[in-house]
Amino acid sequence: MAAYGIIGFGAYVPRKRMSRAAIFDAVGWAQGSLKSLAKGGRAFAEWDEDAITMGLEAARDALRGRAAGPAALCFASTTAPFLDRQNAGVIRAALDLPTQTHCFDFAGSQRAGLSAVIASSGDKNRDILVVAAEKRPVKSASALEMQAGDAGAAILLGRGAPIAEVIAAGSVSADLVDHYRTASSHTDYTLEERWFRDEGLSSFAALCAKPMLAEAAMSPEAIDHIVAPTINPALAKVVAEAVGARTEAIVDPLFQNCGHSGAAHPLLMLCAVLEKAEPGETILVTAFGQGCDAVLLRITAAIADARRESLSRQLAEGVEETNYARFLAAGDRIDIDWGIRAERDNRTAQTVAFNKSRDIYGFVGGFCAACDTPQFPKSRRCVNPDCGALDKQEDYRFADRIGRIKSFTEDWMAFTRSPPLVYGNISFEGGGNAFMEMCDFAPGDATIGAEVEMRFRIKDIDTLRGYHRYFWKAAPASGGRNG
Amino acid sequence: MAEGIRDKVAIIGMGCTKFGERWDASPEDLVTEAFEEAIADAGLDRNDIEAGWFGVFYDEQNVGKSAYPLSQYLRLPNIPVTRVENLCATGTEALRGAVYAVAAGACDIAFAMGCEKLKDTGFSGLPERTKGTFEDLYQPNFTPPGAFAQLAAAYAAKHRVSMTDLKRAMAHVSWKSHENGARNPKAHLQKRISMEQVLNAPMVAYPLGVLDCCGVSDGAACAIVTRPEIARTLGRNRHVTVKAIQLAPSNGVEMGHQSWDGAHTLTTRKAALRAFAEAGVSDPKNEISLTEVHDCFSITELVLMEDLGLSDAGSGISDILDGRYDATGAIPCQIDGGLKCFGHPIGASGLRMTYEIYLQLLGRAGERQLSAPRLGLAHNLGGIPNRNVAAISIFGASD
Repeated sequence: MAAYGIIGFGAYVPRKRMSRAAIFDAVGWAQGSLKSLAKGGRAFAEWDEDAITMGLEAARDALRGRAAGPAALCFASTTAPFLDRQNAGVIRAALDLPTQTHCFDFAGSQRAGLSAVIASSGDKNRDILVVAAEKRPVKSASALEMQAGDAGAAILLGRGAPIAEVIAAGSVSADLVDHYRTASSHTDYTLEERWFRDEGLSSFAALCAKPMLAEAAMSPEAIDHIVAPTINPALAKVVAEAVGARTEAIVDPLFQNCGHSGAAHPLLMLCAVLEKAEPGETILVTAFGQGCDAVLLRITAAIADARRESLSRQLAEGVEETNYARFLAAGDRIDIDWGIRAERDNRTAQTVAFNKSRDIYGFVGGFCAACDTPQFPKSRRCVNPDCGALDKQEDYRFADRIGRIKSFTEDWMAFTRSPPLVYGNISFEGGGNAFMEMCDFAPGDATIGAEVEMRFRIKDIDTLRGYHRYFWKAAPASGGRNG
Repeated sequence: MAEGIRDKVAIIGMGCTKFGERWDASPEDLVTEAFEEAIADAGLDRNDIEAGWFGVFYDEQNVGKSAYPLSQYLRLPNIPVTRVENLCATGTEALRGAVYAVAAGACDIAFAMGCEKLKDTGFSGLPERTKGTFEDLYQPNFTPPGAFAQLAAAYAAKHRVSMTDLKRAMAHVSWKSHENGARNPKAHLQKRISMEQVLNAPMVAYPLGVLDCCGVSDGAACAIVTRPEIARTLGRNRHVTVKAIQLAPSNGVEMGHQSWDGAHTLTTRKAALRAFAEAGVSDPKNEISLTEVHDCFSITELVLMEDLGLSDAGSGISDILDGRYDATGAIPCQIDGGLKCFGHPIGASGLRMTYEIYLQLLGRAGERQLSAPRLGLAHNLGGIPNRNVAAISIFGASD
């Protein structure tokens, strides 16, 4: 039987970093104790990003270059935008994977991401993509506002030549409620961390990992990397000591440029390790949330072919934000008067959204078999004025193609939660043209002819009905995102 | 090609309201104001009219759908009335209906009315609207200035001109229209502005500042048409005839095919060729005396001068700065002040343009009167540069 393990991985960190010093400048008057955390920048999702869009980008990163998609797709998050609408299904549609792909959501604790990996490892007969992402809800002047970050990570498990083999896995459950968030509360309620540190973290880590390591005949001191995604990075040491691992094995908590991305964080930290680990090295990945999950991995020689720097580039390429009000607006935490244009009724005709799912989510247009012209949207008659053939269009996906800006504007009158609204005509390499919104362009950034790549983002928010819809936007082409 | 409608239809009466923020006026008031002027101008009785075309764009926010608002406001004797809508070309579309009906012999006297009451919407600028259940899912949430601003960026790149030079020509467009509008008592904005004011105005959508944008206003305009021989029997020996009306809507090429460069309006070029052919104009640069074009934004007017063939490709900037389209230039453009000073009550605009050309051709334009104009061209562009409806009308005075 072919070896089983991690055969791909990907990550997404939003480009904006909220300066923690700037957070402290804004809220330090209320919570002076936050000063000790006021360094570096925490990643935060723009208004048009959520756990689905970030997870999707991580998934694209993980699947880049692969001919076939996975048989199953699991989305893990505690901040999935929909409570009763399958979030994994939206990601599947945006990846344009077959409808037969088995999709399911995991949730409920900060362990959800790693729990999904463990659960998925049980079925070694199929490839499965585990996607985890969080857009973390925080209160102003809370420690979590400083410590948390928004991000996504994806781990592709399957057979073949894994870059990391799954050696062992373990799990313990204990209903120690050091923090919680309910269906009716928007942000976490958090108790002092000392109780969790002394009574939870240490004992759960030992209880979970030690028997697992023993069974795998693995000496704790021999672990090369230990992923201990504690909210307070200083507590990683507690985990290492509880397990019996060397503290030197503790990996970067990604505090400086990202912050703790909840259920995604164990996988995100794992991605960072996978970008630099060497064959033969072992990784112990832990996750905490009313108990502990742990997975032991061993890097294989195949890592050499999978070497990439996607996450490290994204972490390095952050754009600092110092305007606290903009940070609040991105998280919909401030009631800004966006003017009368914000009143537009964004009701979605779900019949149309379903019928046009591949157009809108998959960004699949048409390719005229009569004249070889790519076009969006797909239509009955070819758009080429010299062709006009009827019903000759084959599926043609634009989502992964590079485009160039043919025309653009920065519109200060149009409604957007991050003015100005930048949009324009995009010409795609290989043909095709679309008039579309852009994202991640600051005023003055866009130029005619500049390269863009496609990002799956929230298009409109229907405030009347508590719904939002997605489409693709043109973002500055970035080698970092391509890995 | 069909022989067209050249000189088959005469305009024998026109009316146009004062455009502006008509806070205290209703659509009924505006329609009545325009109609009473037109019917008096034509010397007809209300009951002489046999059919009407009514152009309204924002139906739900104004007068409601269908024929009956117009029929009811004017208490028409149950004659056929057709409500039309074709974006910013709505006014010209109404005129086209009336003109075609007369040309076809379906009736002897018809009228076209366009009206819009934008200032009842509460918006500065045009109100938001849906683009349809599918397009709402992917089209950008553009505004008109943002959509037309794209022309400027693409034009500058295509012709390799600096945005500074382009902005200067665009500013001249607005400056010139305000010079003209200041002499028009029916214009919404009757104040002169300086080039510096235009160049330093707050940015709306790069590179368009607020003074690169036309106003938003309320207004109505009306035209009464008949056959030339009937005009003469009514004592209107000197009248204005319709030389051509052509319409060219986009078919999706600009938005969906790479052949469009983003720096011109394809439909205007198509409609212009057809209109010149219908009107028998072979040398528009020398035959067209004046134009009223769709100057929703300064850049639009600049690009249109080339699309209409009045400026050579890439020469729009120099022609504008040289004063070719000023009141004293070779082909004055927006001698009434244009959309820039009248604002753009959508259903009315095409007929408002026609009204000025009508006055000019009959020598009735007062202190704005041009010297012996022969042919006037009105142009509307409904929609946005990458998808729109272009309408071009050409009018001439009978001998």
